[in-house]
Amino acid sequence: MFESLSSKFSDLFGSLRKKGRITPDDIEISCQELRRALLEADVALSVTETFVAKIRGRSLERLPEIRQSTNQSEEIYSIINQELIAILGGQARRIRYAKSGPTIIMLAGLQGSGKTTLAGKLARFLKEEGNTPLLVAADLQRPNAVTQLQVLAESISVPIFAPEIGNGSGDPVKVAKGAVTYANEKLHNVVIVDTAGRLGIDSELMEQASSIRDAINPHEILFVVDAMMGQDALTTSLAFLEGVGFDGVVLTKLDGDAKAGAALSIVEVTGKPILFTSTGEKLTDFDYFYPERMASRILGLGDIATLAEQAKRALDGDSAKRLEEKFVSGQEFTLEDFLEQLGAMKKMGSMTKLLGMLPGANSAAMKKQIDSIDDNELVRTQAIVQSMTPGERRDPKILNGSRRARIARGSGRSVTEVNSLVDRFSAAQKAMKQMRSGGGLPPGMSLPGGMSLPNAAPMNSPKIAPKKKSRSGNPAKRAAQEGR
Amino acid sequence: MGLFGSFLSKFSKSKATIEDLEQFRQILISSDLGVKITDEILDLVKREKSESLSTAIAASLKSRLTTSARTLKVSSVGPTVILIVGVNGTGKTTSAAKLANHYARSGKKVLLVAADTFRAAAVAQLQTWGQRIGVEVLSGASNSDPAAIAFDGAKRAKEEGFDFLIVDTAGRLHTKSNLMDELGKIQRVVEKVTPVDEILFVLDGTTGQNGIKQAETFAASVNLTGIMVTKLDGSTKGGIAIATEAQLQVPLKFVGFGEAIDDLAPFDADGYIAELLT
Repeated sequence: MFESLSSKFSDLFGSLRKKGRITPDDIEISCQELRRALLEADVALSVTETFVAKIRGRSLERLPEIRQSTNQSEEIYSIINQELIAILGGQARRIRYAKSGPTIIMLAGLQGSGKTTLAGKLARFLKEEGNTPLLVAADLQRPNAVTQLQVLAESISVPIFAPEIGNGSGDPVKVAKGAVTYANEKLHNVVIVDTAGRLGIDSELMEQASSIRDAINPHEILFVVDAMMGQDALTTSLAFLEGVGFDGVVLTKLDGDAKAGAALSIVEVTGKPILFTSTGEKLTDFDYFYPERMASRILGLGDIATLAEQAKRALDGDSAKRLEEKFVSGQEFTLEDFLEQLGAMKKMGSMTKLLGMLPGANSAAMKKQIDSIDDNELVRTQAIVQSMTPGERRDPKILNGSRRARIARGSGRSVTEVNSLVDRFSAAQKAMKQMRSGGGLPPGMSLPGGMSLPNAAPMNSPKIAPKKKSRSGNPAKRAAQEGR
Repeated sequence: MGLFGSFLSKFSKSKATIEDLEQFRQILISSDLGVKITDEILDLVKREKSESLSTAIAASLKSRLTTSARTLKVSSVGPTVILIVGVNGTGKTTSAAKLANHYARSGKKVLLVAADTFRAAAVAQLQTWGQRIGVEVLSGASNSDPAAIAFDGAKRAKEEGFDFLIVDTAGRLHTKSNLMDELGKIQRVVEKVTPVDEILFVLDGTTGQNGIKQAETFAASVNLTGIMVTKLDGSTKGGIAIATEAQLQVPLKFVGFGEAIDDLAPFDADGYIAELLT
């Protein structure tokens, strides 16, 4: 997301950085480049002009100060960063919950902006935070929108209110009204109403949306916008603001490489904050919107904060603690623990997405690497481990040829893949032992950024058994040699 | 007369002032034509004799477009196979149904294949359309291999003498290289049975400059033969369609402009440019 913009900024400041001493002319050139970059990013012309003027003004104003700095381009960088944060909403806002009764959230937006998927994601997200959401299928227009929401609801185990099958029949206002009554009865504290997509100029559907609004008095109307949207975002968002009104914006499809300049325009022109972002095909690919993080992303600084938060959420306290205790007490790290970790990693979402948040992820080389990662690898690895017996997981040394063949059959993978997993696992096991005994990481191994080891190695770590002189390459034989 | 036209008529009477040019730029930019085309048109405005300006701009836009045929390639033997591809939410399923309806109405035997096994209820959405327009829809189980369903569809279309086979694929963001590979696989698998005649890229008319990148990436994975631009019934100018064709030299073939099944028309370059310049 915002990729081109951030790569443009990188180029821009790369050349400024080389300059040494910045002149007003340099600032003017940078501003022209910035202007072009913003326009190519689909930021509306008026918004672009305002933004560039602000940057120009502040840079010139602070020029004497900037020249004193040891890193002049960094100073301009930070001016742009601050202004970006300001334009993106300054302060991230959260959902405003109702003081009593259910909080009603209504979704509105153009066709294909991703409302229905988003309804599912939002429900899942709010459920995770301890709410009891109810999904409401009030898009009775698009063929099978109701079915789609039903499938989503089932997959996240969230109740759904869908009395009409839709496909052009039924009254969405009645459905929405009924849903609120139902939510009151069943004590749901959040109601999420999916409505039919509409075009900004379609007055009939716009009226339908405002009738739904008047019938249920939503606490939050969220305007759902496709991050790839072009200049029409301005017209459309103003039309929705006037026709239906909205309190916040949700950006979808941010996992593409669209620069999402539309987001800047909408926020600037409507004055409504972006509340959430949706970033992928999985229902977990959804989070609050953080202006600072988005600004960092635009400037190519990566998004470590999001990464850390996802890790925290995925590793539930208990299992992390158990693993840590295990590590400290010197117990062996087994494939069972590994399986648990794989599960946690899966919860964090796709690897490609996680890596995309790292600084420098926008560079062409890194992007190629990330794109080539196959997220299904995790699933395959999990399948292999799950095809082992508990005994084998605890003690992989007993894995002889026939056991390996069985595991390969059971997991639908090849024996070579099973072998390579077992090899990698024992290497990791060895590395952990070494770390515990205070040896640090073995040469050539490093931990990915942001990961920390469990607390310092204990003093009374068990001695590692001295190596046997020769060990068979066949694990089964080796196990026999070692008298197991 | 729209804003564009009023400026043009103003320019034809007197020389454009700097303010005029800036306002004109605003209009061009807001039609999603992109910075490059906008700058070139503004150059034209500064250079051209004012009377011939409108014609000059239209000609300049036209000269960027491809000279390839905009008609759909129809197979002389066996079924005409059309793959519908594009990013999420651009209107692929609706467009597939509209195309199917178009050919079914003209007495052709059409088979629709629901190869979007990913999005919840996408198959059901196409089936509903199929029922409405009386076209058979072939589908597989949810999350099953889309290439396998496409293959089955191709086999049936060939064996049972269908005239048209229209395959609706799942929306995929062009940044997901594994999903783009899957698309290549669908094409290869179908081609084992019968040649693929058309791969139509569905472009949401409200898309910004990212549309070009989308189309470029899709074109790198499969051999795009045409573009369908959708959602032109809104307030969007849809300049991105012109910009995309100009960049890729892949012809725009159809325009979608509404929710009704008949809201589909062949792309008419002159009419479109004239509309853009009103």
